[in-house]
Amino acid sequence: MKTSGLKPLLQVNQLGIQFGGLKAVSEFNLQINKGELIGLIGPNGAGKTTVFNMLTGVYEPTEGDILFEGKKIHGLPPYKITRRGISRTFQNIRLFAELSVLDNVRIGYHTIAKNSLLSSIFRLPAHFSNEKEMRDKAIEFLKIFNLEHLKDETAKNLPYGMQRRLEIARALAAGPKLLLLDEPAAGMNPKETAELMDLIAFIREEFDLTILLIEHDMKLVMGICERISVLDHGLLIAEGSPEEIRNHPKVIEAYLGEEVGENHA
Amino acid sequence: MEWIQQLVNGISLGSIYALIALGYTMVYGIIKLLNFAHGEVFMIGAFTGFYGITFLNLSFIPALILAMVVCSILGMLIERVAYRRLRRSTRIAALITAIGVSLFIQYVMIYFRGATPEAYPDIVPRQNIEFLGIKFNSQALFILLITIILMILLQYIVHRTKMGKAMRAVSLDMDAARLMGINVDNTISATFAIGSALAGAAGVIFGMYYTSIDPLMGLLPGIKAFVAAVLGGIGIIPGAMVGGFILGIVETGVSALGYSNWRDAAAFIILILILIFRPSGIFGKNTREKV
Amino acid sequence: MKTMKISRFWIFFITVLIVYGIGEFLIATGRIDSFYENLMITIAINIILAVSLHLVIGITGQLSIGHAGFFAIGAYFAAIFTMNMGLPFPVALILAGIVSAIAGFIVGMPSLRLRGDYLAIATLGFAEIIRIIFLNWEYVGGASGMTVTKMTTWQYSFIFLLITIIVIANFTNSRHGRACISIREDEIAADSMGINTTYYKVLAFVIGSLFAGIAGGLYSHNFYFLQPVNFGVLKSFDILIYVVLGGLGSMSGAIISATLLTLVSTYFQNFPEIRMVLYSLVLIIIMLYRPQGLMGSKEITDLFRRKKSVKGGPHYENIGT
Repeated sequence: MKTSGLKPLLQVNQLGIQFGGLKAVSEFNLQINKGELIGLIGPNGAGKTTVFNMLTGVYEPTEGDILFEGKKIHGLPPYKITRRGISRTFQNIRLFAELSVLDNVRIGYHTIAKNSLLSSIFRLPAHFSNEKEMRDKAIEFLKIFNLEHLKDETAKNLPYGMQRRLEIARALAAGPKLLLLDEPAAGMNPKETAELMDLIAFIREEFDLTILLIEHDMKLVMGICERISVLDHGLLIAEGSPEEIRNHPKVIEAYLGEEVGENHA
Repeated sequence: MEWIQQLVNGISLGSIYALIALGYTMVYGIIKLLNFAHGEVFMIGAFTGFYGITFLNLSFIPALILAMVVCSILGMLIERVAYRRLRRSTRIAALITAIGVSLFIQYVMIYFRGATPEAYPDIVPRQNIEFLGIKFNSQALFILLITIILMILLQYIVHRTKMGKAMRAVSLDMDAARLMGINVDNTISATFAIGSALAGAAGVIFGMYYTSIDPLMGLLPGIKAFVAAVLGGIGIIPGAMVGGFILGIVETGVSALGYSNWRDAAAFIILILILIFRPSGIFGKNTREKV
Repeated sequence: MKTMKISRFWIFFITVLIVYGIGEFLIATGRIDSFYENLMITIAINIILAVSLHLVIGITGQLSIGHAGFFAIGAYFAAIFTMNMGLPFPVALILAGIVSAIAGFIVGMPSLRLRGDYLAIATLGFAEIIRIIFLNWEYVGGASGMTVTKMTTWQYSFIFLLITIIVIANFTNSRHGRACISIREDEIAADSMGINTTYYKVLAFVIGSLFAGIAGGLYSHNFYFLQPVNFGVLKSFDILIYVVLGGLGSMSGAIISATLLTLVSTYFQNFPEIRMVLYSLVLIIIMLYRPQGLMGSKEITDLFRRKKSVKGGPHYENIGT
C-alpha cells in the first residue's frame, strides 16, 4: 500500500446531515488512500447509505466537507461527482430495467464518449466511431463480468445475482477512480458471495481501483477489507483493521442482540 | 367598499372551485389518479339540477339533493366501469382513460341534447342586502352558506365516521388497509360517491349563479379546480377548500382590475408558481425519494 | 452488423421514395382532389406532432400534456413571418420552429424539475397560458384571428415530416438518445452514471417543441384563417393520444396511430358528435384492454428481425397500491 506522503484520494471531514430536525449522520470522518479497499459497516439504520448518498451528491450534506483528490465535491450534483471519478451501485438495484444488458453498460460510457449532439443527428463519422468504441468497450466489460452471452437480454429478466454484477459493470463503465458498492452481496447465496469477493479483488487489480463498500455480510467484509469504519446511530464508533474491529467493545455493543456475522438478506 | 363586494364575489366563485376541488383531491389522495372526468360530473350535476327545476318543478334544495344523488351514482359508475380495472395499470394509461371518460360524457350529452347553452331558471331570489353600508348579493351569501354546510358535513364524514376512517387508511396505504380488513373497493367507491356529490352540488350552484350552462362547461372549471387542489396540497381536504377560495378571489380580483381577458391565465400562473416554488402545496409536506 | 445497418438504411430510403412517389403521382396527375391533398397534409402535420411528443414522453419519459402550446406558437409565428414580414415560407417555418424551441426552453427549465402528474398539469397550464396570450394579442387578431395565405403543399409537409423523423430517430439511436432513455428508466441511476439529467430532459423538450412549432407553421398555412380556439386543451390531448395509442416508446407506433386517427376523424367529420363518442369509447377500451398501445414499445422494423433490439417502453409508476 502506498499511503505515506501521498494525499488521500478521499477525505471526509466532520460530515453531517439533518432531515427536518433529525440528525441522520454527524461528525463523520473518513480518509481513503489510493488503492485501498475500505468497509463501512453498522447496524440497520445507522446511516451508511446516507453517507453514500452524500458522497455521490444525491443528498447535500448540511455540515462538513468532502474532498476528492484534494478538491471540494460537496454541493455538486451527482452527475458532476461521477465525472470527477466516483461511481456507485445501489442497495436496491437500480438498473435500467427495460433496457438490454449491453445498453445498461453503454450508458455507463456516456461521459467518456465525446461526440456532439449534431454529429449524432447528422450521422457524422464521429458518431459512428464513438458508437463502435462504446459498443466494443461495453462488450469487453461484459466478458470480464461473464455476462457477454446475455448482452441482448432485458436487464430485469436477469437473475438477482447477475443483476448485481451488471450494476457493478455499469458503475465501472463510467470510469471511476473510487467505486462505492452498497451491499453488493445482499440477497446472494454463499457461492455467489464467494464469486463476488473474487470479482471485487480482480477488478480492483485490473482497473487500479479504490473501493468503499457497505456490507452486512461480515464474512465478506472481514475477508477482503483492509480497514473498516463502523457507524452507529449516525456516529462513527470505531475504525481500524478487521482484527481490531472484531474485538472492539463499542462495536460489540452496537451489534448486541445482533450476532456479528449474521447474514442480513 | 367596492372591494368587499368583490371579495364576496370571489369567495362565491371560490366556493364552486373548492367544492369541485374536494372531489379531485379525495380521488387523487386515494388512488393517485388525475380524474379529468370530474369536471364532467360537475356538468352533469348542473344539468340534473336544471331538469329537476324545469321539468319536476323542484325548488332549489331538492334540486341540489337530486343532483348530488345522480352525480354520486355517476361517479361510482365511472369508477366501477373505467378506473377499477386500471388500479394496477400505469399512470399514463389511467390518465388517458380519464380523458376518454371526460370526452365520452361531454359528447354523449351533446349527442342527446345538442351543444346549445341552457338558461338556468332564477330560483333563488337575486337581491342586494345592505349591511353596514355594504351591499351583498343574496345569492353569493346563499352559496357561501351551502358550501360551508357541505364542508362541515364532509369533515364530519371523514373524521367521525367509520367510512371516513377507512378512506384515510386506504389513502395512506392501500395494501395495509386491505390486510386490516378494510373493504378497499367499497371505500374507493364511497370516495368517488362523496367527491362526485360535491361536484354535483357545485354544478347546481354554478348554474344558479352564472345562469348559463352547456355540455362543455366542465372542462375549464374542472382543470381550475385541480389547480386549487394542487395549490392547497393535493390529497389534503382543507387544502382543497383554501385553494379553491384563493383561486376564486384571485380570479375575481384580476377581473375587477379590468383584466378579465386574463382571468383564466391567472389560475395557471398561480399553478406554475406553486409547482415551481412549493410543489407540495400550501399544506403539503415535502417528501424526498428514497435512494 | 455493418450490412444490417446499411440494409435498414436502404429499406427506409426506398419506403420514403415510394410514399413520396405515390403522393406526387396522385397529385400531379390530378387523380386526387384538394380534399385528399389536404388530408395528406393533415396526416403529415399530425405525424410530426406525434413524433415530436414521442421524444418527450416515450423516450425521455416526461409526461408533457401541453404540446398544443408549442404547436400554437409555431402556427402564429410562422404566420407573422410570412404575412407581416414577408419572409419566404420555408424560412418562416424554420424560424417558427426556433421560436417554439425557445419557448420550449423557457417552459422546460422550471417545469422539468417536476415529476409525473405535476409535470403533466404544469405543461397543461403553460399551454393554456400560451393560448390566452394569443387570445389577447391584438397584433395577431386576438380572438377573431388572422388571415393567412395558403402556402403549405404536400411537398413541404413531406420534406419536413421526413426531416422530423430522421432527426428524432438519429437522436434516439445515439448516446444522447440513450441518455434520455436512461432518465426514463431511472433518473437517479442515470444521474449517478454521469448523465446531466436536467440537460437531457430540457434538450428533449426543446427538440420536441421545435418540431411542434414547424408543424404549427405548416398547419397555419394550410387554412386561410388562424384562431386561438384551435389550440386548446383538446388539441394537446389529441397529440397525447397519438403517442399513447401507438405505444409509448415506439416511434412507428406514434406514426401509425397518428395516421389512423387522422383518417378516422376525417371520415367522420360530418358527424362530429358520433365521431367524438366513438373516439372516446375506443380510447377507453384500448386503455383498459391494451394499455401498452398498438405497438407496445416495439418498432415496426423489429417485426422483421429475428433478434429484437431491446428498447422497452416507459413504465410510469402504477397508480393506486
